[in-house]
Amino acid sequence: MLDSIRSTFIMLGECVKMSLANILGNRVRSFLTVLGILIGVAAVIALITTVNGFSGSLSSSFSAMGAGTLTVTVTGSDLKSGLSTDDLARLTELDIVDGVTPSVALSARVSRGGSYKTGISVSGKNGYYFSRNPDLLERGRVINFTDEDNMTQVCLISADMVEEFFYGVDPIGETLYIGSIPFLVVGLLDEAGSGSISDLMSGSPDILIPYTTALKLNNANVVTSFTVYLASGVDSETGSDALEAELDAMFSYEEDCFEIMNMSSIEDTMQNMLNMVSALLAGIASIALIVGGIGIMNMMLTTVTERTAEIGLKKALGAIPWQIQAQFLIESFLLSIIGGALGILLGLALSLVLSKVMGTGFAISTFAIVLGAGFSAAVGIIFGWAPARKASRLNPIDALRSA
Amino acid sequence: MSMKLLKRRGGSPSPAPVNDNPAPGEGAFFRMERINKFYRMGEEQAHILKDIDLTLERGEYLSVLGPSGSGKSTLMNIIGCLDVANSGRYVLDGQEIDDLGEGELARIRSREIGFIFQNSQLLPRLTAQKNVELPLIYAGVPPRERRRRAREMLERVGLSDRMGHTPNQLSGGQQQRVAIARALVGNPTLLLADEPTGALDQKTGRQVMGLFRELNDEGRTIIMITHDMNIAKYARRVVHIIDGVLTEGGGTADA
Repeated sequence: MLDSIRSTFIMLGECVKMSLANILGNRVRSFLTVLGILIGVAAVIALITTVNGFSGSLSSSFSAMGAGTLTVTVTGSDLKSGLSTDDLARLTELDIVDGVTPSVALSARVSRGGSYKTGISVSGKNGYYFSRNPDLLERGRVINFTDEDNMTQVCLISADMVEEFFYGVDPIGETLYIGSIPFLVVGLLDEAGSGSISDLMSGSPDILIPYTTALKLNNANVVTSFTVYLASGVDSETGSDALEAELDAMFSYEEDCFEIMNMSSIEDTMQNMLNMVSALLAGIASIALIVGGIGIMNMMLTTVTERTAEIGLKKALGAIPWQIQAQFLIESFLLSIIGGALGILLGLALSLVLSKVMGTGFAISTFAIVLGAGFSAAVGIIFGWAPARKASRLNPIDALRSA
Repeated sequence: MSMKLLKRRGGSPSPAPVNDNPAPGEGAFFRMERINKFYRMGEEQAHILKDIDLTLERGEYLSVLGPSGSGKSTLMNIIGCLDVANSGRYVLDGQEIDDLGEGELARIRSREIGFIFQNSQLLPRLTAQKNVELPLIYAGVPPRERRRRAREMLERVGLSDRMGHTPNQLSGGQQQRVAIARALVGNPTLLLADEPTGALDQKTGRQVMGLFRELNDEGRTIIMITHDMNIAKYARRVVHIIDGVLTEGGGTADA
């Protein structure tokens, strides 16, 4: 028993050597054969690694925005369509809350002198927002509590706006018209400093104004979207529950008046979306693997036909059918593993380049490598099976005669 | 030479059943009884081998002489366990061959038979030594012993200086000697040669025949299939096959 296992291993070892000799003896043909597998594996690896890197940088930017914030979107009830300034003040009073930042979004026609632009995204914020996101200000001053209270017509503008309306002019102290209302430019926004989750989802606004002023522009007196910054030491679950209780009371316990999103639920949603997209893309890429497998099968069938005489001879010399089958299976397995290995290298190189271009993180994913190797091995065995079986079933007499 | 004294190789899959009433030649090393082989060719059935009876003792040197189409290749395939008969009984070295499956036939070929073909049938990519090792690979012999035995056999056929050569670096006669070494390396009980000089010129052919005679003198059992009377006569015993019927041709030459 032990002896037969040993001789089996000896035989398989020789099969590996002979297969390698065959593969290397036909380098060009072997390379063309494995090209399909190579491309398929490279595509899958590049996709998975890139998506991984992207989601890695996504979650790090999420945590950079600070855990401990909750974003509330209010749909409102018939009686109460949003939160008034007093309501917001009441929320701010809560123990769990450090501060609240309303977001009042509008899209406006912006003009200065003869030039104008429509569809500019303007967002109303409060002074607290800037104290939480000090990096937002590049130059000038921020919106402060006096601006809030007095509904002043001041604004901070992005670099895009500077380029659009203030080419060659220092914008601070200049006037910009939002709709028909003049606003004094008091500060410039730093592009990199963008703060909130809602900004991340909808793109950073180009102009920030006091939220009270924004409400007036919108002809509104209630806020429907705001961010709650939890007091330090309060986790988002507790904060979310307490906030929900308070809001329920404000909306007289009517249902579906508001939605609280915390960081992790948003991140989960985005990760799920990313995973779905990457699964879909990987599925498409794996079609290349199947095509590659067919290429290998084709090559192996040709090889079996070419080597009919050799197979007949080996059978005459005492090779058992499964030994012949093993030899051809090993050959297709090796071919596709070699293709897979090259594909992994190419895929990693591709994703390294992609991560540089897209500015996302690059991390070698063990999962992707195992998947690539496993896939190519499986392809080799599955698509090598039929040709190997054909070889093993050749009648030795016919096979010898073909010489 | 008594059958009882012959060494039986271990692990033979189907030992011959003990017969209480031995027929003549029952204990023989090689025995064919009323072997028939048919091939279906479209509607017709061709009767290729007709009631072949053939018995050999260990150490015999037999040639089967017949023109092409006589059924000698079919007979060789059956003797070599590449094919099985439709009816009849074939016992080789104490093993019933008739009902064996493909795997068991392969094992018999590996253990009992050394093939020598007309056009040596060496694998072109392998060196002479690797070609000779081939049967041992399938028999699962460890590499070191495999190399040793292959070298021994190549020395035996006078090619100790050609071990690293590939077939296309060897002459026809040298190639055939490599093939003989390959046939011998598994230490088979029967050497089975199919037109072993068919692809060689006369002089080289004579050398190969000389080697066969030496091997026989060492005790090897040889069956040689040929259509050439001049080659057949090198054997110590000749049988004729014509239209699938085997007839004893009596001993030849210097027995």
